[in-house]
Amino acid sequence: MSEAVMYSGAKEALGKEGLIEDWSRDKQVFGVPWGKAMMWVFLLSDTFIFSCFLVGYMSVRMATTDPWPNPSEVFALEAFGYPVPLLLIAIMTFILITSSGTMALAVNMGYRKNRKATFWLMLATAILGASFVGMQIFEWSKLIEEGVRPWGNPFGAAQFGSSFFMITGFHGMHVTAGVIYLLVVAFRVKNGFYENRPDGYKIVEITGLYWHFVDLVWVFIFAFFYLW
Amino acid sequence: MSDDGTQHPLKIYYIMWIGLFVLSMFSYATDFMADGALRTFLILLFMFIKAGGIIWIFMHMGWERWALKIAILGPPVAILVLIGLMALESDYIEGSRIENYGESTMEVVSPEHH
Repeated sequence: MSEAVMYSGAKEALGKEGLIEDWSRDKQVFGVPWGKAMMWVFLLSDTFIFSCFLVGYMSVRMATTDPWPNPSEVFALEAFGYPVPLLLIAIMTFILITSSGTMALAVNMGYRKNRKATFWLMLATAILGASFVGMQIFEWSKLIEEGVRPWGNPFGAAQFGSSFFMITGFHGMHVTAGVIYLLVVAFRVKNGFYENRPDGYKIVEITGLYWHFVDLVWVFIFAFFYLW
Repeated sequence: MSDDGTQHPLKIYYIMWIGLFVLSMFSYATDFMADGALRTFLILLFMFIKAGGIIWIFMHMGWERWALKIAILGPPVAILVLIGLMALESDYIEGSRIENYGESTMEVVSPEHH
């Protein structure tokens, strides 16, 4: 007697068919659209990836006996004749926060079915995201010019470069993907693609989840890599 | 069902937005403090408040049902174990490096700005 019959009392398929039947049973756990649940699961896995990078960075920074370069000096920029610590990083942080705000408003406008406002807010979010990536490219070029490499740099422990390029590079890749994602959804909103869909403008909220996550990761990178 | 977000007043988003700006300014300000336990505490404090706000308000987690909250926010707790283990291990590696190879003799230069 199969276990499936024992538990449910009904006659059920076994083997491969039984597997499919069990896993597609359609008993809903999460009262949200499937896209939203899946985005959350994806973001959870992404959380682990970024955590591994940051924990790896912590490990090499703790284990090295060489002095760690002072991020406050390495990332300083000259303004008005003085080196201002972390100037560009601070500007990038504020740009990302601004884009998070426009995204949150876009989600709200989407639910109000205000297509025009949703489109423009999402476009603004994408432009802010693109400018963030632009500044990151500037930051990378500056550091590479000064001799920072994944295998060494003149300012201290070699592990600084490898952590920096790995962590900010992976984050920058997420921002770039987010900009593309935002543009695709924004133009679909504009063209009325979601007008008669069962889940309507919930896609805007799902896109927003991804974008806010990118901002969330930056909060941790800013604290652990640049400030600590 | 979780609510669909249609009835959220905009006010809470504006408050969160301004809050993030203010907290980020505080975060940035810690860079001008002397190194020490207080600075580390403030870096972590502002970081957690910002992260919590983004997840709770901007990502709508505060309005979700417990099924989703637990499924998504529960697993990352395991990361704390990884942090603890790796901190112990790294501390040991640093100690054995100093014991066997001595202190670092690396010569470093200060970054220049132009």
